[in-house]
Amino acid sequence: MDINDFRSWHTVVMLAIFIGIIVWAYSKKRTHAFDEAAHLPFEDDATHSATLKKEDIQ
Amino acid sequence: MTETTYNYKVVRQFAIMTVVWGIVGMLVGVIIAAQLAFPTLTEVLPEVLQPYLQYGRLRPLHTNAVIFAFGGSALFATSYYVVQRTCQTRLFASGLAGFTFWGWNLIIVLAAVSLPLGLTSGKEYAELEWPIDLMIAVVWVSYALVFFGTILKRKVKHIYVANWFFGAFILTVAVLHIVNSAAIPVISGPLVKSYSFYPGAIDAMVQWWYGHNAVGFFLTAGFLGIMYYFVPKQAGRPVFSYRLSVVHFWALVSTYMWAGPHHLHYTALPDWTQSVGMVFSLILLAPSWGGMINGIMTLSGAWHKLRTDPVLKFLIVSLSFYGMSTFEGPMMSIKTVNALSHYTDWTVGHVHSGALGWVAMVSIGALYGLIPKLFGREGMFSQALVELHFWIATIGVVLYIAAMWIAGVMQGLMWRAVNSDGTLTYSFIESVERTYPFYNVRLLGGVMFLFGMLLMAYNVWRTVSNAQPAQDVIPEAAH
Repeated sequence: MDINDFRSWHTVVMLAIFIGIIVWAYSKKRTHAFDEAAHLPFEDDATHSATLKKEDIQ
Repeated sequence: MTETTYNYKVVRQFAIMTVVWGIVGMLVGVIIAAQLAFPTLTEVLPEVLQPYLQYGRLRPLHTNAVIFAFGGSALFATSYYVVQRTCQTRLFASGLAGFTFWGWNLIIVLAAVSLPLGLTSGKEYAELEWPIDLMIAVVWVSYALVFFGTILKRKVKHIYVANWFFGAFILTVAVLHIVNSAAIPVISGPLVKSYSFYPGAIDAMVQWWYGHNAVGFFLTAGFLGIMYYFVPKQAGRPVFSYRLSVVHFWALVSTYMWAGPHHLHYTALPDWTQSVGMVFSLILLAPSWGGMINGIMTLSGAWHKLRTDPVLKFLIVSLSFYGMSTFEGPMMSIKTVNALSHYTDWTVGHVHSGALGWVAMVSIGALYGLIPKLFGREGMFSQALVELHFWIATIGVVLYIAAMWIAGVMQGLMWRAVNSDGTLTYSFIESVERTYPFYNVRLLGGVMFLFGMLLMAYNVWRTVSNAQPAQDVIPEAAH
């Protein structure tokens, strides 16, 4: 195989992988998991307010 | 300090040092800006000091200090914080994390000593000589162990998108640093010296593969990690589109790798390589703007918060500068545009639009959100000072980049102007003379930005003095 055949195939494969990532990311199946992940920064919100309260008591 | 609380100690250390190194690095920047505006400035010093404080030695000190000391400390602090909070687990190997703090700061001090002494390998953004390079590799591998170790022991199912960006930044910088720093040491007299492992044009290509990915992964992916945690957190709502953030991540990391050759247009680098660099730089506009839109649109439905929250102002304006500089970058990578812009102050303006407008502003915003949490406080000592800092910094950046844009385009046009008989219309020194007014404006912009950092230092000091270090308790695993 010529090196240029490899380069052509490489381009095609990378494009296919990229389209695959888009299809995967936007598929309905991922909705729930992505929603869960998107809320991770807020999951432990209580910990800071708990610290603030504890220090008020002291 | 048990397994039930988050490890904030190392986060606090890096957060405070971010402010300190920010002031040091930007002060050196102001000094070299003053040297350009007043070229005889250094001559007021005693003659014995002059060699150590010339522009040529201070310039790499400025770039290393702001990128690796200020930016690096901001990334260490935020990544150690975000990875714990979104994985709901204590930092892996706290001792090793402490080692990364002391190791990184020792490296910074060694840089601040060796660069003014004139010890340099001559590679831009990788000037430090080989013994320091080895130390960087050790500290960086330790950083990777701590970060990925924490991801591995996470108590939640998902790896939050900010951690993907931090992870890509840590892995890629390790590879970039180790490959580009490969050198053959020469022991010549008492001081260290080395020569690059790579020859000629290959060396130039390796250097700018490193250099551009230092921009792409250190100054972009890492700070996007900051953006993906602190913008939603400060806005009080999840990121605009998590799906877009996934596509953003993969598109950005796979495209940036190939954009480096645009630093070497019209050089000895093979022409096709230059074209590859240009094309990939143009493609980069898409993921860059995807990420910017994702960040800014997180505020949709909560725009009113921008009016009252100066921290959010820092974060959102940083994204606006990010959008501007990632439009400007692809444009400047077009060969015909580059023929005008390269080697002029336009490049300097572009870099600072990214470095001050994006990197510094997003870090400052994140720190204003982070520091009260680390010290068990409701908020910063003075919101009014945060607001003042925001306006001074923003006006400073705008003055800086507008001056450099005008100066750069003027220089490019003067250098290429030819008379009808083919001779050059202007000598080089004529373009320098015409640049002076813009160097003065740039100096003013830089001084304003530095002054903002001093306000921040005062505000931080008032916030943390007499404060107890926060001992935030890790939530019981509910998932």
